Amino acid sequence: MVSVVYEAPDSIEGAINLLANAEIPANVLAGGTDLIIQTNGSSDESRLFVDVKKIAGMTDATIDSEGLELGPSMSCSEFTAREDISRVFPGLVESAYLIGSTQVQGRASVGGNLCNSSPAADTIPALIVNGAQCIIAGPGGERSVAVEDFVTGVGSNCMEKGELLKQIKVPAPAPNTSDAYLRFIPRSEMDIAVAGAGVSVTLDGTGTCVAARVSICAVAPTPLLVADAAAALVGSTLDDASLQAAADAASAASSPITDRRGTAEYRRHVVGVLVKRAAKIAAERAKGN
Amino acid sequence: MAKTHVSTSINGEATEFLCEPGDTLLDVLRNDLQMTGTKEGCGSGDCGACSVTFNGALVCSCLVLGVEAQGAEIGTIEGIGDNDKLHVIQEKFLEHAALQCGICTPGLIVSTKALLEKNPDPTETEARYYLAGNLCRCTGYDKIIRAVMDSAEVMRGGA
Repeated sequence: MVSVVYEAPDSIEGAINLLANAEIPANVLAGGTDLIIQTNGSSDESRLFVDVKKIAGMTDATIDSEGLELGPSMSCSEFTAREDISRVFPGLVESAYLIGSTQVQGRASVGGNLCNSSPAADTIPALIVNGAQCIIAGPGGERSVAVEDFVTGVGSNCMEKGELLKQIKVPAPAPNTSDAYLRFIPRSEMDIAVAGAGVSVTLDGTGTCVAARVSICAVAPTPLLVADAAAALVGSTLDDASLQAAADAASAASSPITDRRGTAEYRRHVVGVLVKRAAKIAAERAKGN
Repeated sequence: MAKTHVSTSINGEATEFLCEPGDTLLDVLRNDLQMTGTKEGCGSGDCGACSVTFNGALVCSCLVLGVEAQGAEIGTIEGIGDNDKLHVIQEKFLEHAALQCGICTPGLIVSTKALLEKNPDPTETEARYYLAGNLCRCTGYDKIIRAVMDSAEVMRGGA
């Protein structure tokens, strides 16, 4: 049984001080849906939990013509209920809706999903295709890191001791742009992605794709931004040949493992199928924007 | 280590308790407050037997720390119905025989109440998705869903 020390600072500075000066292993407590389970299974003698949900802005979200400023600890259930956000970023909201059960969504957050840095984290590809930035505060000040550069390995990320993810910024999409995220699981709910794919596309007046971003997860140690898959879409009308080229690029970029959820060959194939389907959905949505 | 003093509200009543900072809300409810209606199934957020509402959100109490309850509003199965009169959802679970061993039942009733407050007229598909985090290993769910849909109809005043 790990002995927990609990602090709930009311400011970013207070949280950074606690995290930077901790003499025992320290964790940020957001929704706790990963942290509490990981702590129960830990051999640490003691841990410091810094609950950041009392800090102003950590659980709020604002969206305007500049884009979305998301408090990383806002619960997924609050996030997915925000129609003003789902109108602009339907794929990102869908990805948050896929995390765990209703109960888990009552606590889990997009920032927590990001900082837990699982290869199968559903929100990460959706953040990447929308060009999201992590605003990280630390003892030395603030820095901004693109989400595709945030995760560094299975369960690890670029955050240093004393640093805190204080905001996720997602720029407003260009006109005629939309996103979609799809994952494959063998059941209809309550599972972890076998493969996942997020796509954002921008169309011109003729329906030609003028910009795209493609990101895949659960098929490599980290979620990946696949520039070759996006390049296969740009300049096309998302015809079958272009979609297949994007799918092939995503499959080629993947380096999946075989485990009880699926074989490497299966994952490599399915991630391509998901890219095609997500691209079609994103394009349909973009036409409506 | 010194225990932490927590002031909270459970089912509308001001409540105070002392807990270790690592104790879950489920530990506190069952072991310190003797509110054993909330059940422990998996202890890892997978089964929903420990479902409670926390500031209006449906959560697994095994994934909330007791200390986080400071200043919060918590709702448990003990706040649904009373000793003299069962809540409609409880009546319907009995009527449809929507339980066998009963371990999942408090969590399912808390979750069903949360569902119907949010969406008084769910489709069966919506109800099944909302309740996907409440596992039952006895009934096979069909009777549970019948009880939920019937509860919804009665609560809308339709029967």
